[in-house]
Amino acid sequence: MVHFTAEEKAAITSIWDKVDLEKAGGETLGRLLIVYPWTQRFFEKFGNLSSAQAIMGNPRIRAHGKKVLTSLGLAVQNMDNLKETFAHLSELHCDKLHVDPENFKLLGNVLVIVLSTHFAKEFTPEVQAAWQKLVAGVANALSHKYH
Amino acid sequence: MVHLTDAEKALVSGLWGKVDVDEIGGESLSSLLVVYPWTQRFFEHFGDLSSASAVMNNAQVKAHGKKVIHSFADGLKHLDNLKGTFSSLSELHCDKLHVDPENFRLLGNMIIIALSHHLGKEFTPCAQAAFQKVVAGVANALAHKYH
Repeated sequence: MVHFTAEEKAAITSIWDKVDLEKAGGETLGRLLIVYPWTQRFFEKFGNLSSAQAIMGNPRIRAHGKKVLTSLGLAVQNMDNLKETFAHLSELHCDKLHVDPENFKLLGNVLVIVLSTHFAKEFTPEVQAAWQKLVAGVANALSHKYH
Repeated sequence: MVHLTDAEKALVSGLWGKVDVDEIGGESLSSLLVVYPWTQRFFEHFGDLSSASAVMNNAQVKAHGKKVIHSFADGLKHLDNLKGTFSSLSELHCDKLHVDPENFRLLGNMIIIALSHHLGKEFTPCAQAAFQKVVAGVANALAHKYH
């Protein structure tokens, strides 16, 4: 289980409260598809993914990015109980979506990068460390029901 | 071998030219020590590493970060021959320093985050993808002589 100190929780929520879910979500998912192109295989029915510009401008990617980041909001509210929070999504990603769990770590890293570009000075090393703990915890929770 | 397109090479060198390389080095190494605390074991003789702010302000960490990033910058000039460029450093890290090569990938991620921090919006998805290729290539080159 991941243990967050009070300071770490505060660091995480101070950033989270300012995040525009659609903008950050769209950017995070878009960057994942550009930087790690094999991930596009899960989104082939999303339309035009033929270039970086197409991906970043694709409305379905933005919408899905918002959905993914909204789920992450659940993590922020349930930091002490990530495995149970993501149990159902873990089963979905294994049984229906067949997503390699390594991709959860990649998405987590991309999110940290997006937050770092958006929040600059506020995104201190301590804040970064707290967020890396959270995304690692979420990645583990999402892998937990795999079989 | 790392293959970057001409556009990617131009992106990498263009953006690299805009950052304070020494600062990137200091931040990347400090972040590594803060976010992945086990890495501090290689730097126990560096003095005070007792808190995130101690690490970030530690003069020896900054100096060593500068040394590391200048090596990395050397790699940027030899993208077509990273394995050759980092051959003796690879042997050093294996035979003398006993560093787990996984840590090279972690440091690479910290360099990306430091760059995103300094460059903000300019650190576009394409720039991220190009730099991600470079850090992966450097990490592989540093691991290449391990036995």
